[in-house]
Amino acid sequence: MQAFLSSLVSVAFHGIAYGMILYVISVGLSVTMGLMGFANLAHGVFAMAGGYMMLSAMNSMGMPFPLALIAAFISVALASMVLERFLYSRLYTAGELEQVLFTIGLIFMSVAVARLLYGTLPQPVYIPDYLKGQLHFLGRDFPTYRVFLIVFSISIVGLLWFGVERTRWGAMVRAAVDYRAMAQSVGINTSRLFTLTFALGSGLAALGGALGAEIIAIQPTYPFEHLVFFLIVVAVGGLGSLRGPFVAALLIGVADTACKYWLPEFGAFFIFAATIAVLLWRPEGLFGKATA
Amino acid sequence: MNHAGGYIADARIRAAEWLPWVVAVLCYFFAPSYLPLGSYVLTMIIFALSLDLILGYGGIVTLGHSAYFGTGAYVAGILAARLTGEPLVGLLAGTLSAGLLGWITGIIILRTRGLALLMLTLAITSVCYEVANKATGLTGGADGLGGFSVQPILGLFKFDMFGKTAYLYCLVVLFVCWWLIRRLVYSPFGASLTGVRENNIRMHAVGAPVYQRLVISYTISAGLAGLAGALLTQTTQFVGLKVFGFELSGDLMVMLILGGVGRIYGAFVGPLVYLVAQDYLAKQFPEYWYFGIGIMLVLVVMFARGGILGIIDAGIARLRSRP
Repeated sequence: MQAFLSSLVSVAFHGIAYGMILYVISVGLSVTMGLMGFANLAHGVFAMAGGYMMLSAMNSMGMPFPLALIAAFISVALASMVLERFLYSRLYTAGELEQVLFTIGLIFMSVAVARLLYGTLPQPVYIPDYLKGQLHFLGRDFPTYRVFLIVFSISIVGLLWFGVERTRWGAMVRAAVDYRAMAQSVGINTSRLFTLTFALGSGLAALGGALGAEIIAIQPTYPFEHLVFFLIVVAVGGLGSLRGPFVAALLIGVADTACKYWLPEFGAFFIFAATIAVLLWRPEGLFGKATA
Repeated sequence: MNHAGGYIADARIRAAEWLPWVVAVLCYFFAPSYLPLGSYVLTMIIFALSLDLILGYGGIVTLGHSAYFGTGAYVAGILAARLTGEPLVGLLAGTLSAGLLGWITGIIILRTRGLALLMLTLAITSVCYEVANKATGLTGGADGLGGFSVQPILGLFKFDMFGKTAYLYCLVVLFVCWWLIRRLVYSPFGASLTGVRENNIRMHAVGAPVYQRLVISYTISAGLAGLAGALLTQTTQFVGLKVFGFELSGDLMVMLILGGVGRIYGAFVGPLVYLVAQDYLAKQFPEYWYFGIGIMLVLVVMFARGGILGIIDAGIARLRSRP
């Protein structure tokens, strides 16, 4: 019983850490898909780019960890802004097929570039000394870095929710998600709003990729391999919402960890089966609004 | 999507439509060392045709068509390993099982649209992948399933090591599939599918059974994908987990888009160009190959949504309009 309890705590802990990373990466996808109706399969590219940026900044430029995180966030956000202005924005009115193809094209290119620059092997991750080791509380040891991940992600999520719920920018985003044409006609510059929101979402994905580099290995196939999970978070959680993907990411994080721990012989089978069940029950996701 | 072809009243076979078959037969005589690649191209053409039926004509965007290809491939493989190596039985079993899976999943997922549909197709493929990966007793798991032998076709034509029989076998099967799909697309049923793609709401308004039509076409398409999978298993005498991979679905979509969607022959041109180019370039420059594919996709989406055949069409139209 004692052993079971301790494994329960450890599964919950690692699951939550994984789920938080999934959320930080995917929340931008939820907002951009809800806001612009754009099926952006290339979202994982930004997370991968964030991971590579951080690792390069730390390993070859010798930047300290916090600075490398900021560098990853800013560089990817800026790059995505350029992409959005010149490429994505042309396809907002195009069909779903065009958007899917375009973003798959982006994935192919990014995979090739990553392989060319960094090789096929996963990148080694060096955690700074002050985040190594174990934290001891409640009579148990927890890896410091994972605790840091959870705390840091929660603060980012808090900041994001405050931004969306309480600020003028957030109100404009919510207005545009609910009714884009109306938002535009009351004078909101939706195309600028789109660009900024897209950049923020990509930046967050980069941050998530960089933070989670230790959990989700940074390698060239990253955008393909983890795409399903990012999409599941968004689809199960519901488009355009902040809360839905949060719940979905935590559920998936914990469930995936639990499956790997107790039922490794089934792999990710239950995650996919549960996803199918949820989507059949509520095609718009757990917290999504039914769209006409 | 005005580039995509649709219902044409005159269903007679035009002279140009014999061209692919002439080329295929010429390849058999003049390029014998490329026959294994040729068999693979022919198989992928069948697979691309099956995707064209639902994507090009039905307008269903799916990321998980490899679920049916893989089902057909594994059913044919397991059948050959356990029961009988008779190829036609294997083809039939692969087709029917994939069609059955397509029917069941189609009934469920075609009720949804947009992201949910995309996700469901992905999730179904992932489930299939996990099942094949973990049911090692039956599928061989990550090692793949091999070591079975395929009997001569009809008891007459043995599979030879140069791939001659395999090539002709694929060619005949493709011909039958092409004929069937052509009939289907030029029938009133095909017309109603095009209608669904062009204007779903209006088709509902005129009282067409949209959902039922989509389920039927999805089932047929899944069956054809399974047929292609079974064909791959028999001609290579091996099944691996790749047949359920997301990359296969992605590659397939790229091939179809490259050729041109919703026009049957796009499914011929796309795999041919893609796979031959891959054979040349991918082994030498894998990084550049994927980069090139990515660039090509972006360019096709931005500038040439009709694919290669669309470009040719536009060129011919421009020549004709010139006084």
